[in-house]
Amino acid sequence: MSVTDTDATQKVEPEPRASADPRLSPVHDGGVSLHSPVPQVAHHDHPPGAESREAAVERPARGVKLARISRTGDLVFRGLTGGSGGLIVLLVIFVGVFLLALALPSLLANKDNFLTSRNWTVSGAELRFGILGLLWTTVLSSILAMAMAVPVAVGVALCLTQYLPKRVSGPVSFVVDLLAAVPSIIFGLWGLTVLGPFLAPAAEWLIRHLGWIPLFSKGVDPKGTVFVASVVLAMMILPIVTAISRDVFAQTPRDHVEAALALGATRWEMIRTSVLPYGRSGVIAASMLGLGRALGETVAVMIILTQPAPGSPFSPSIFAGGETFASKIANNAAEFDSPSKTGAYIAAGLVLFIVTFAVNALARIIANRGQAKS
Amino acid sequence: MSVTTADQRELSFRRPSGPRTIRNALATVYVALATVLAIIPLIWVLYTVITKGIRLVLTSTWWLQSQRGITPRREGGGAYHAIVGTVEMALICAVIAVPLGVLGAIFLIEYARGTKVARAVSFTVDILSGIPSIVAALFIYALFITIFGFGRSSIAVSCALVLLMLPTVLRSTEEMLKLVPDSLREASYALGVPKWKTIIRVVIPTAFSGISTGVVLGLARVMGETAPLLILVSYAQGINFSPLSDTMGALPTMINSGRDQAPTMPGYERVWAAALTLILIVMLLNLLARGIARASKLKEK
Repeated sequence: MSVTDTDATQKVEPEPRASADPRLSPVHDGGVSLHSPVPQVAHHDHPPGAESREAAVERPARGVKLARISRTGDLVFRGLTGGSGGLIVLLVIFVGVFLLALALPSLLANKDNFLTSRNWTVSGAELRFGILGLLWTTVLSSILAMAMAVPVAVGVALCLTQYLPKRVSGPVSFVVDLLAAVPSIIFGLWGLTVLGPFLAPAAEWLIRHLGWIPLFSKGVDPKGTVFVASVVLAMMILPIVTAISRDVFAQTPRDHVEAALALGATRWEMIRTSVLPYGRSGVIAASMLGLGRALGETVAVMIILTQPAPGSPFSPSIFAGGETFASKIANNAAEFDSPSKTGAYIAAGLVLFIVTFAVNALARIIANRGQAKS
Repeated sequence: MSVTTADQRELSFRRPSGPRTIRNALATVYVALATVLAIIPLIWVLYTVITKGIRLVLTSTWWLQSQRGITPRREGGGAYHAIVGTVEMALICAVIAVPLGVLGAIFLIEYARGTKVARAVSFTVDILSGIPSIVAALFIYALFITIFGFGRSSIAVSCALVLLMLPTVLRSTEEMLKLVPDSLREASYALGVPKWKTIIRVVIPTAFSGISTGVVLGLARVMGETAPLLILVSYAQGINFSPLSDTMGALPTMINSGRDQAPTMPGYERVWAAALTLILIVMLLNLLARGIARASKLKEK
């Protein structure tokens, strides 16, 4: 109310100038009619003392045209942005719904138990498929990758935030970020031709000394093993885990750090008592995000892993070949010919979607809870 | 107790005790090793790709010719068809993903900031950024090919890539919009400018550099994606500009189709040259994004 009043008076007092300058008046008009209700309303609510002013208010309304500003632009723009937001939500829902819709017929026709079978017979009259083998390889390789990547990533993040001066840490973190830019197919190619042979002696040593544990038993040709795939996966998720941990560590309250140092803590003790506790939930969330990436990684794993021959016995070893959900689908992408066959692969994709969804949602919840605490 | 012992004790307080010093030193060694370990893979990969692919990439035919009619046993040909395909698919994807992402970010920051709706949208964006590329590809396959009955096409690939590019664009736009000072918005409102015009003429230009960084990084990400290409389009050795045809070359599929060659074949060298080309494009885009970000005036206060 009072705003309208001052607006109006301010406009009135330099009246001759306002009407003399045609460039000024339209701007003022827009201002008044946009942000205040029509000036006439002001007129009725005025205290009795302001009568002379009220008379003044009416004059510019007569002299300058107060056009109704249309709200169409705002409505359309709001609709567009809201629509985009809604579309994004719909997209994610659609991904789940469409995959489920196309997978259901094949799942119903499936003669084996989808969750506990290791068969994968999807052509021919009878569908027999299950995901146990795929699930094992996927989870094993991703968890191994996470176990390798997280300690290194935390070390790098500590080094970048607590040890290196800003001048050095900027370029170093850029180099680590660049690792994320390397396309996965190149990681796959490199992993198979360079890293595989390089790791072969280590693999042989492990097989010789720890081969009695099923996890380390001898499998296929040492180039295309789950072990090599997980090392490559670890490299691929290292940048994202590092980036998030780095951001969290950098936000450690200065007070905590200085309090620790003032009590005579060494740099490591300062990190252990202030930086690490503060960043714990962030690091956990980052690891989960990395795990999600590793679970869904397709092409690098597809290139590296040796596909087991059909009917070969299952091997739980990290030195065996195998197929993950993603690599199974990608390997057979050219054979999507009948709906039932496609449906089987889509069912595998659906499981992958659900697993990554759960992991990412968990990461998000952990990160939020950490934020709420601090 | 003489003065000297007190002095000595005081001196001994200056340095932490032995085990503490050792632990501190070990921690320093650990983080240093971790950092070195993290840098090694990049250098190693780059070294391998450059040494194996540089010879072909430096020839002009590599950039000007396609692989039409060239078998793995034959020398010659280039990656022009694949570069065209990769760039075209990424650009079509950007045309769809950038407006959607920017509008979505505007909705989150300018219209729905702090509301339940914003939290829900933000949550789905997080989920979207975690969707594996193969799942995005399967979704588009299910939608376009199984349900709508279209054939495979490179435009389907672009649509799958949209799902992967969208979160990158949206998140970076959102971060930049958050940094735009409210005083700019208020100044614009005070002049009677409607909200939508304020956003288009004041907020977006201020945040423009950050948005373009996000777009460039998103482009770099989708150019390296292989899984949608495997599922949604067939690899073509010839040059093809039409986004509707069912075959199109692309650098990742060029690598994939030739990766089984024996190392003695000329085709093997072309695989690495294609890998080098792809890395070059992606790295250049990343450097460009960093350059834009550095040149940007809008820094966190």
